Amino acid sequence: MNALTPFTPAASDSPEPGRMSPSERFLSIEGIARRYPAPGGKATTVFENLWLPMRRGEFVCMIGHSGCGKTTVLNILAGLEAPSEGVVIADGKAIEGPSLDRAVIFQGHALLPWRSVLGNVAYAVSSRWPKAGRAEVEARAAEAIATVGLAGSEHKRPAELSGGMKQRVGIARALSIAPKMLLMDEPFSALDALTRGTLQDEVRRICLETGQTVFMITHDVDESIYLADRIVLMTNGPQAKVAEIVENPLPKVRSRTGLHRQPGYYALRNHLIDFLVSRSKTLRDESPPGYDQRHPPVVRLTLTEADEAAAALG
Amino acid sequence: MPSPSLNLRAAIVSLGLLALFLLAWHIAVSGLTKTEAMDPEYAALMGASATTGKSAMPGPLDVAATIWGHLKDPFYDRGPNDKGLGIQIAYSIGRVALGYGLAVLVAIPIGFVIGMSPLMSKALDPYIQLLKPVSPLAWMPLALFTIKDSGLSAIFVIFICSLWPMLINTAFGVSGTRKEWLNVARTLEVGPLRRAFTVILPAAAPTILTGMRISIGIAWLVIVAAEMLVGGTGIGYFVWNEWNNLSITNVITSILLIGVVGMVLDQLLARAQRLVTFPE
Repeated sequence: MNALTPFTPAASDSPEPGRMSPSERFLSIEGIARRYPAPGGKATTVFENLWLPMRRGEFVCMIGHSGCGKTTVLNILAGLEAPSEGVVIADGKAIEGPSLDRAVIFQGHALLPWRSVLGNVAYAVSSRWPKAGRAEVEARAAEAIATVGLAGSEHKRPAELSGGMKQRVGIARALSIAPKMLLMDEPFSALDALTRGTLQDEVRRICLETGQTVFMITHDVDESIYLADRIVLMTNGPQAKVAEIVENPLPKVRSRTGLHRQPGYYALRNHLIDFLVSRSKTLRDESPPGYDQRHPPVVRLTLTEADEAAAALG
Repeated sequence: MPSPSLNLRAAIVSLGLLALFLLAWHIAVSGLTKTEAMDPEYAALMGASATTGKSAMPGPLDVAATIWGHLKDPFYDRGPNDKGLGIQIAYSIGRVALGYGLAVLVAIPIGFVIGMSPLMSKALDPYIQLLKPVSPLAWMPLALFTIKDSGLSAIFVIFICSLWPMLINTAFGVSGTRKEWLNVARTLEVGPLRRAFTVILPAAAPTILTGMRISIGIAWLVIVAAEMLVGGTGIGYFVWNEWNNLSITNVITSILLIGVVGMVLDQLLARAQRLVTFPE
């Protein structure tokens, strides 16, 4: 396909645009809701009737303003919270609680400060393989630590590490248990821009190498463009819903530094920013005609003039 | 010339103050008061303080001589009313160790339960609030009546006074375990027992140790009073016995010894606390 050819609005080989066949679904969020009791005997609905399928090996980012229930969705996927309604099916089984198959990378790294780097990762490894000997556990832990580029810091305490290194340990801990899926809750939001960039590179490299299925929450539009295959847009809460699912038109092999020269980048970025600035509110208050919560619209973007200019330069 | 370190200067000031105090003490008790001429028979009745102008209060040199005497032979045993200071203090430390040890065994598990269960926390709170402010010595008659052994009663009093700070601190530390650490354990499918020992205990350990340190301080305060009541052995009994003997030098020696032992116990727990404290 010529880089300058506008993307078609929908794929032609499927009767309904972008819809995923049941056999494709590795994870399926099916009509979940989360309600909290509110004063006066009523309930506040953060979101309801939320549907979202995910493929194996897919990197999905969820974007939305604070209060739309992103973290709640992630906690439900992790099994840390139960939905008020609905069910999530992971790999053919309903999620009923936390599982070693779904590793969580927490926003605040959540390392155990009394354990060394190796101790933190080894704790996860020994939870995954309780019968493994100490040497085997430490070997696996050391391997995961080396994967995130922290070899040599095994015996440091978390307090001796920088924020970026702590988050690397968090990633190593998640990877060390060989999960079927990674769940990340704004993992880089507390880091400075430079560290965030290198860690995004690491995560992208590791996920491509291992073919991980990833669900990640972020506030950062550029982060989602760089990392995600599909970007889920949540409207504002309460009563948030999935407004649309944007397919990332950028090629699977991408570099962070050359991102803005890729055709489709500006169209995607403008679309996401427009959504966060205005449409996240208007779409909650008024659904577009034909909107079906069970099958949120899948969006593929056409090139903009800025993309064409950038591509011509590149 | 660089000024000497703060520690050195503080030590110099400390020693200076000590010297000043000892000198003042020495002067205050040496016989500067005038003695009146009196009938020798009357003088014999009045004793040294009236006839030679010597104060009844011993001076620092007298106390030093007594301390030296105790240091030379701390473990002698000449019957129930005359045992060495080492033996007496060993009895006291033994009672504190037993009562305090029992309190550790009871307070930490119950504190865990209270810290982990909001139900038990609310259910037990009125009892703790009611019993905590009771002076441990108020339990003594009840203990003597039920246990029927004065030594064991003293241990019980130590137990009851050590209990509350450890119980409350353990519950506080356990309930304050960071949610994110517990979530880590949950996502790793760590069982309840392993979670208690590998996440909650290390997270609460600094707070628990703080409670243990408060408790040992209180236990050491209370043992002196308890032994004054039950008598027989122990440093508290020794102090009271020496008061009855009007041996002020021995009373002062005991005060110093009680202070030293209390300081050592506190420092031991402070060291243990540093071992379990983690930097964040």
